[in-house]
Amino acid sequence: MKYEVVIGLEIHLELQTCSKLFCSCSTTFGKEPNTNCCPICLGLPGSLPAFNRRAIELAVTAALVLNSNVQLKSRFDRKNYFYPDLPKAYQISQYDQPLAKGGYLRIETDGNYRNIKLERVHLEEEAGKLIHSGESIIGSDYSLVDYNRAGIPLLEIVTAPDITCGREARLFLEDLRSILLYSGASDCRMEEGSLRCDANISLRPSGSDKLGTKAEVKNMNSFRSVELALNFEARRQAEILVAGGTITQETRHWDEEKKLTIPLRSKEGSSDYRYFPEPDLLPLILEDNLIKEISAALPELPAARRERLKEQFGLDSSEAALFTVNRSLGDFFEEAAGKYSDYKNLAKWVQGDLLYYLRESGKTVEEVDPQQFIELLALLDAGEINRPVAKDLLNEMILKGTSPQIMVQKKGLGRISGDEQLLPLVEKVIDENPGAVENYRQGKDKAIAFLVGRVLARSGGRADPGEVNQILKEKISRG
Amino acid sequence: MKLYEQTAANLSMLLQKKEVSSVEVVQSFLDRIELVEPYVKSFITHTPAMALDMANAVDNRRVGGEKLHPLAGVPIAVKDNISTQGLRTTCASRVLENYIPPYDATVVETIRRLGMPLLGKTNMDEFAMGSSTENSAFYPTRNPWDLERVPGGSSGGSAVAVSTGMAPLALGSDTGGSIRQPASLCGLTGLRPTYGRVSRYGLIAFASSLDQIGPLSLTAQDSAMLMNVISGYDSLDSTSLSEAVHDYTVHPEEDVKKLRVGVIKQNVSESFDPQITAAVMKSVALLKDNGADVDDVSLPLTDYGLGAYYLIAPSEASSNLGRYDGVRYGYNSGGDNIEAMFSATRGRGFGPEVKRRIMIGTYALSAGYYDAYYLQAMKVRTLIRRDYETAFKRFDILVGATTPTPAFKIGEKTEDPLQMYLSDICNITDALAGVPSLSVPCGISSDGLPLGMQLAAPPFREGLLLKVAGFLEQNRDYLPLRPRVKLPEGGEV
Repeated sequence: MKYEVVIGLEIHLELQTCSKLFCSCSTTFGKEPNTNCCPICLGLPGSLPAFNRRAIELAVTAALVLNSNVQLKSRFDRKNYFYPDLPKAYQISQYDQPLAKGGYLRIETDGNYRNIKLERVHLEEEAGKLIHSGESIIGSDYSLVDYNRAGIPLLEIVTAPDITCGREARLFLEDLRSILLYSGASDCRMEEGSLRCDANISLRPSGSDKLGTKAEVKNMNSFRSVELALNFEARRQAEILVAGGTITQETRHWDEEKKLTIPLRSKEGSSDYRYFPEPDLLPLILEDNLIKEISAALPELPAARRERLKEQFGLDSSEAALFTVNRSLGDFFEEAAGKYSDYKNLAKWVQGDLLYYLRESGKTVEEVDPQQFIELLALLDAGEINRPVAKDLLNEMILKGTSPQIMVQKKGLGRISGDEQLLPLVEKVIDENPGAVENYRQGKDKAIAFLVGRVLARSGGRADPGEVNQILKEKISRG
Repeated sequence: MKLYEQTAANLSMLLQKKEVSSVEVVQSFLDRIELVEPYVKSFITHTPAMALDMANAVDNRRVGGEKLHPLAGVPIAVKDNISTQGLRTTCASRVLENYIPPYDATVVETIRRLGMPLLGKTNMDEFAMGSSTENSAFYPTRNPWDLERVPGGSSGGSAVAVSTGMAPLALGSDTGGSIRQPASLCGLTGLRPTYGRVSRYGLIAFASSLDQIGPLSLTAQDSAMLMNVISGYDSLDSTSLSEAVHDYTVHPEEDVKKLRVGVIKQNVSESFDPQITAAVMKSVALLKDNGADVDDVSLPLTDYGLGAYYLIAPSEASSNLGRYDGVRYGYNSGGDNIEAMFSATRGRGFGPEVKRRIMIGTYALSAGYYDAYYLQAMKVRTLIRRDYETAFKRFDILVGATTPTPAFKIGEKTEDPLQMYLSDICNITDALAGVPSLSVPCGISSDGLPLGMQLAAPPFREGLLLKVAGFLEQNRDYLPLRPRVKLPEGGEV
């Protein structure tokens, strides 16, 4: 029997607010443990939550860009469970009346578009962070808790069981990250834990519309590991089914080292979170106008930008995609394109040499002045410098921020051309290499390339090889 | 003149006229505490030095010619479930026995800012769960009218402190009667404000949708003075209401002409102590004689109120009390692993009544039971609200007994939780409806115990309740303002 894979993702991402969801504590990452805390986010007896309006606006923004239906009335509920990183022993979350329902994200796989459907988007608070002296909370001599993170606004996005393979899950996450970055809702930094993903995965006979028994996969720390883990898990389940076995409903942990999933120690009984409406908060009522305002103020999103880049600058798909995924590189391109009209050439330089030297130097594109970059291209176009010099100047410009115009003047790097400047060099090379000259005369064309190289070296790379070639040939033939 | 015998209003006047200093006032109450406290045990924590420091500061400012609030220098006692920065706040529980909050509740910040010296933190039923103050993890508080009897609860400590002249004013909290019932059993005026009228920020939660802070005092005017300063919107409490705060001041010339009074049939029940019903009806007659329009009203859903309350309140409590796990503050039992630590901390930290309610609430919220219990109770609550809305179309206030019996004996109901719960039968529906509700003395039993009458009004009409209570207390010659506390060894104080 053939099986098809059914995957649903549950994504948590921290919203990019300055302060926490229910108090005014800072959300800055990497502070001394337990310094971004107050009675509210520590859940001290008697403290009460009060909404951060900005978090709600960002959540609405995220819901809108995901085509999710923002609810005018939603409600917060308490999810009750005991864990040391949860200061109140309940998480303020949304249960049966989420902020937004439905929605989809369009992804592109091998040139085809597909809408991945969403179930819901809701807002909740982040828990603290546990650091165990050993492997886990069980068996450690001690565990430490940092509540700096507790209370940071967290957006939960739940997809429908609509994803068919690990690769599609990765593409979905990449596009999700891109669209949320563009919307300004989240910085989506997986390495800082501001974006996390769990997955439900099951198999069913191809063509069936009944869902099979699922496993929940956790602890996937990169988009790449999501793909690997889901592909592993799909294979594992297929092997069991093919062998006539049954899948156990369980939570499995992705082991990044061993590249496999292992079952988590199952807890006694199923967890019952005893959800009930949070009595400390009124239902969240959104004004229609607020949603309209946020909707009107949405920035350009990745798909739209890709299309515009193609149309406005005549870029091809891969260039447009690069300048969309790498948002700041795209911004750099667009700024430079405002003052430089050979877009193809500009795109070639930005994605080629600029990106290369940025990687080499470890600098970011934000540190490069687009004005200087255009100067450099203009010098090259005007024939004042040649390509090798241009590359050197680009590198120096990135490292030191020096204007290429000034470098050319200071170092005398302008191009050497014309008989007046080149002839003395050519004559010198001919005098010094009689053997090669003789070889050329006897018809060995390769010899001319050697001589051109010598002249170029003498010019400090500032001469044009074509011109040198021509003058050399003329000089030798004239004797 | 004994300062500790004065009402808060009188003390305020004496202080403003500079006839007495705040230090003298505070000292008088401290002396009284030294004399009476050992017999009644109203307080969990005494703060004499803090009180004298504040009094001193207020006196200096007054001497310096500063214009001060009328309550500046008037001392107060605060129930021990209201957070006080730097001062332990125990909720009368082992689990918080050594917990020192790093912040002030909004009401505490207010009273400190106004210069009201804090005399101490008062005893209560653990986490405000109880009706007799016997559920304190430390010791029960005794009723000064008869030391063998309970003062009511859960704000029993606050009630007794005011009743015995150990404090002129006190703050309590009322979830299902915890201000009104002890006020009634101790012969005081006690007000549960409209839900959302007084900020709950810093009040250690029992049942969040029901908890309200309110005053206990000798007179309606004293409660009014305190309400004037603690009422109002607080951005830290999302459930507090922005409705404008009226001046609650009670004027001596108040009348009750044309006041539409509904007597709740269920709250003058034949099953109650007949002395109470008689005393309530005597007060109703007094209102009628003075021009009020009186009629009977039935609130049939009252019968379901107790059941709904004992699902909703424990459900919320089971969640609110989850945080006492020994990780961050409070009692920690230790243990071999995290679950053992949680279990032992909570098992040893909480008393039996608290555990009972956590278990009831956990059960009611569990998957498969939620719809039948919690959700059903919430529906009853909505219907009760509607009952009140309908009744308030016909009446300005609804009245009845505050309690079915006068103060009962210590130990009388501790073995039977249901009997204990029934002592709040008259108080619960007002709380579920979220309306303001007040208890005012209305008589004295043949045993010399105070009897109370409960008045409820539509939301934000606590001013009307105080005014009617003020009218009724003009005729309280049947009941001394304060008891003479008869001591076990003979004599009285």
